[in-house]
Amino acid sequence: MPIQILMPALSPTMTEGNLAKWNVAEGDTISAGDVICEIETDKATMEVEAVDEGVMGKILIPGGTEAVAVNAVIALLLEEGEDKSALDMVEMAGQTPKSNPAPVATDSPAMAAHADPAPVSAPAAAAEILEPEYDGPMITQTLRESLRDAMAEEMRRDDSVFLMGEEVAQYQGAYKVSQGLLDEFGEDRIIDTPITEYGFSGLAVGASFAGLKPIVEFMTFNFSMQAIDHIVNSAAKTLYMSGGQMGSSIVFRGANGAASRVGAQHSQCFAAWYSQVPGLKVVAPWSGADAKGLLKAAIRDPNPVVFLENELLYGTSFEVPASEDFVLPIGKAKIERTGTDVTITAFSRMVGLALEAAELLAAEGISAEVINLRTIRPLDTGTIINSVKKTNRIVSVEEGWPQSGVGAEIVAQVMENAFDYLDAPVVRVHGEDVPMPYAANLEALTLPTPEKIKAAAKAVCYA
Amino acid sequence: MAKATQAKAAPANSTAKQNKSTDGSAKKTARRRPGKAQPPASAEDLLGFYRDMLLIRRFEEKAGQLYGMGLIGGFCHLYIGQEAVVAGVHANALPQDSVITSYRDHGHMLACGMPPDGVMAELTGREGGLSKGKGGSMHMFSREKNFYGGHGIVGAQVPLGTGLAFAHKYKKDGGVCYTYFGDGSVNQGQVYESFNMAQLWKLPVLYIIENNKYGMGTSIQRSSSTTELYQRGSAHGIPGTQVDGMDVIKVRDATAEALEHVRGGKGPYILEMLTYRYRGHSMSDPAKYRSKDEVSKVRSEQDPIDNLRQMILSTNAADEATLKAIDGDIKAIVTHAADFAKASPEPQLSELYTDILVEA
Repeated sequence: MPIQILMPALSPTMTEGNLAKWNVAEGDTISAGDVICEIETDKATMEVEAVDEGVMGKILIPGGTEAVAVNAVIALLLEEGEDKSALDMVEMAGQTPKSNPAPVATDSPAMAAHADPAPVSAPAAAAEILEPEYDGPMITQTLRESLRDAMAEEMRRDDSVFLMGEEVAQYQGAYKVSQGLLDEFGEDRIIDTPITEYGFSGLAVGASFAGLKPIVEFMTFNFSMQAIDHIVNSAAKTLYMSGGQMGSSIVFRGANGAASRVGAQHSQCFAAWYSQVPGLKVVAPWSGADAKGLLKAAIRDPNPVVFLENELLYGTSFEVPASEDFVLPIGKAKIERTGTDVTITAFSRMVGLALEAAELLAAEGISAEVINLRTIRPLDTGTIINSVKKTNRIVSVEEGWPQSGVGAEIVAQVMENAFDYLDAPVVRVHGEDVPMPYAANLEALTLPTPEKIKAAAKAVCYA
Repeated sequence: MAKATQAKAAPANSTAKQNKSTDGSAKKTARRRPGKAQPPASAEDLLGFYRDMLLIRRFEEKAGQLYGMGLIGGFCHLYIGQEAVVAGVHANALPQDSVITSYRDHGHMLACGMPPDGVMAELTGREGGLSKGKGGSMHMFSREKNFYGGHGIVGAQVPLGTGLAFAHKYKKDGGVCYTYFGDGSVNQGQVYESFNMAQLWKLPVLYIIENNKYGMGTSIQRSSSTTELYQRGSAHGIPGTQVDGMDVIKVRDATAEALEHVRGGKGPYILEMLTYRYRGHSMSDPAKYRSKDEVSKVRSEQDPIDNLRQMILSTNAADEATLKAIDGDIKAIVTHAADFAKASPEPQLSELYTDILVEA
């Protein structure tokens, strides 16, 4: 049977076009790749190349025809050994000639198999994550030491873990988080990079594709904007794009948010940005135990994890479990203080401020429950909702900007899941909606304070 | 896929001889070998190349056809015209080596031995595709074949490939990463960030610039202050060679020479492959930025498959009948791939929310 040549589409949205002219005539011998005709739309003219070889048997749509439907048969090609009588057979039999290509997508049984789509929604939240009990010995150490110990323990445990970043090795870390690691692990595993965030982040993601487990330190997350393409497009999306074949087990960590008097370009919180991306996990510890237990979990996690630290906490001392087996589950918030009148959610350094606010509120007879979110994605909405069902009031605290922020997400979650339990609209306490000013008084005005949190909590309590 | 072995005796005037320097200098090679020399490769190798390149061409022609029928959607970047590059490079590959490229990637997958059925079914967005229909033309991967994608952000595969090379060195597995990118990506900053680290750390990476002369619709002359792309590593002391990328034997030999440098622990090497794509940047490219004469001149004078065919016949490596048989084999493979890609069902709707995270 002759081969049907169909009117091709120039783009996925094209439904018809003009057959401008034929470059071959009936009887011409055609090789695969020969330009046989030109078609045009209002946007473009394109040449159509033959896919099969043979002799042009019959041109069914002459050159100059307008509005030819995509997939209409425009010509018949005789295969080797066929002569013109094959064309007559097509017409006489009235049957569909051997079609190469075959019928269009929408008519094929393969497509019909799923033609009646059932509604699909995100899977329900997984079973509640339980945090392991720990009643072993504790040590007091600074948060930077907890982070360092977490990395060191995981590097001893797994040879494929390595640390790279600016000043992490010989300088011992811009904020001394990696102090001592070069001595123990050597320059093959503690790697000073050039100042080249886009490049070394991409390099680390590539290494993770090959099965290594990089820890990438950003001196601050402000510089991760140079690298965000690799964090989002390369690290977060590859597992999905590969149909589950190839993922990226990698940690991006460093100081996030405002430090002190460092100005607009060094004072941004990125929690909301990264938390929007499916394929990423986003962790923001507050305490030393958070830092150690969650960083160890992040390093062991087979997925890309953005690990947001806070420079102002690096020197703060906390009680930390002394066990190397202490690992916290990602995705589990912690109720740092129980209360009955109002829920306050916070993460990173804001947890400390929220606890201070709770003290102030207690002095005024208001019992606040403080939730340390610890993980921003996946957000532990269960703990938040359960708390709201008890207190009927909630204030969210973050140092980042308000629009599309973590607080905005919490507001939406509470609306969707606990609307009937609310006795007051949710209030957000957040960094002011401005680039961070340098002047000390203006900077202080920009950031949340225990007093601002207290005022918000009182407002939702109508107190 | 047949793997051609390295020819023992490089031709007297091959690119290899001209590029002994490994001191960071870049060399330009003769674009065409003058006269007719003795056969530059065994008959087996020549037929292997013919088969590899023809598979890519026929596969891409079929993909273009399926696109025209609406069976392939979105972006579809065809490799037609550039087949000699990937065929010649891959002839040197060892099992532990890795490959990464941009979104013009079907040819690289086929050269790596990834199944044509799975590639084509990914193009049609079906369950049988290599990414289960969730990646598309630009995003396919194979752990088994050490093929790491398929990347849609121009130039992003360069640091990723440099990272694969970092992993080869870290694991001491002796592998090299072949990192392919086009002339369109050579002005991305991350390419030079990668060059710097690769040379600083002496990473085993072979950078292969496929210079097909147009980054989408903008010619290299209109985009680049310097157009000798093999010299782009000179600021970092990375040696480079310009190669006739339309000649599979020259590509193979230049790659072998570059690999001596890379496998020898001397760090990265740049090969600029002068090549040409016959089709538009993507399927919806009307190609107004170049003349038809330009395209047809390359096709008639420099076509890598036609020229190889001539070489095979003129050196009596094989006869017409043998080539015809290969043509038939390839046609059957591609037809099978297209049939598979049409028959494979669309992904189950439940696939929407899978493969986002690995369950820890």
